[in-house]
Amino acid sequence: MKLIRRIFPHPLLSLLLTIVWLLLVNRFSINSLLFGGFLGIVIPFITRPYWPNMPRIRHPLKIVEYILVVLYDIVVANVVVAKLVLFHKNENLKAAWISVPLELKSPEAITVLAGTITLTPGTVSSDVSSEGHALLVHCLHAPDPDAVCEDIKTRYEGRLKEIFE
Amino acid sequence: MEQVYEILIVVFLVISGIFGIVGSFGLIKLGDPMSRLHAPTKATTLGVGGVLIASMLHSILIEGKLSLHELLITLFLLLTAPITAHFIAKAHIHRHETPEDLPDPGGDHGWATLQCDPEDLPENETS
Repeated sequence: MKLIRRIFPHPLLSLLLTIVWLLLVNRFSINSLLFGGFLGIVIPFITRPYWPNMPRIRHPLKIVEYILVVLYDIVVANVVVAKLVLFHKNENLKAAWISVPLELKSPEAITVLAGTITLTPGTVSSDVSSEGHALLVHCLHAPDPDAVCEDIKTRYEGRLKEIFE
Repeated sequence: MEQVYEILIVVFLVISGIFGIVGSFGLIKLGDPMSRLHAPTKATTLGVGGVLIASMLHSILIEGKLSLHELLITLFLLLTAPITAHFIAKAHIHRHETPEDLPDPGGDHGWATLQCDPEDLPENETS
């Protein structure tokens, strides 16, 4: 078991790399499958020192739900921001920095949360606090900063907590 | 039937074009640098996403073969867009913000970007 761990430090990453290679080739053949598998073994092995801890994923099916929620939010929020850009004067926009306290502990989960916040339009995650207990988020238009913070915590952080911890 | 497919593809192209224009317009219209950062993150998600969906539909419905390249472009975009936004935000914090401008980070000692020893800074910035 330990030997397998040494050779495959990140099994999911290996699988993902193989699939990415097959998609890059865009045509299925045994050749590309073999080469994709080779890349999937070699790349995690070489980069292992930079990613020593393996994230534990408790509920893989929840990831699908999370992705769907994020995609839906991206579409809705895009329309909202487009309206803000087109029909609001700059002076009426209340841009604000807000601080979102984090309950997540694992660095992978915090990274995913920060990426999600940036992708959903209207919010950009800018910084993490020195000990990693809060995220600094910039809002394009936030009349009620507490509501934005609450939204992030319930929609994204709660689901990520179920997936990672 | 071909015509229905084409209309569907055109709808996706037009949607992505509109969001691309709004994103670029926001870049010049909005006031301060941090607000401007919001506009390009819009153009990449829905603007590019619409073109990619149209491209996939075109290859499936009209050329009759499955093309999954586009999923990969989406994946790479979704991975890289937050990172560039993060870099720009960090540069902005370094140059234009002081700890007093930013909200309190809860129980911690400060925001990571601004946590540096004054002695580490080059001479011209400390004076």
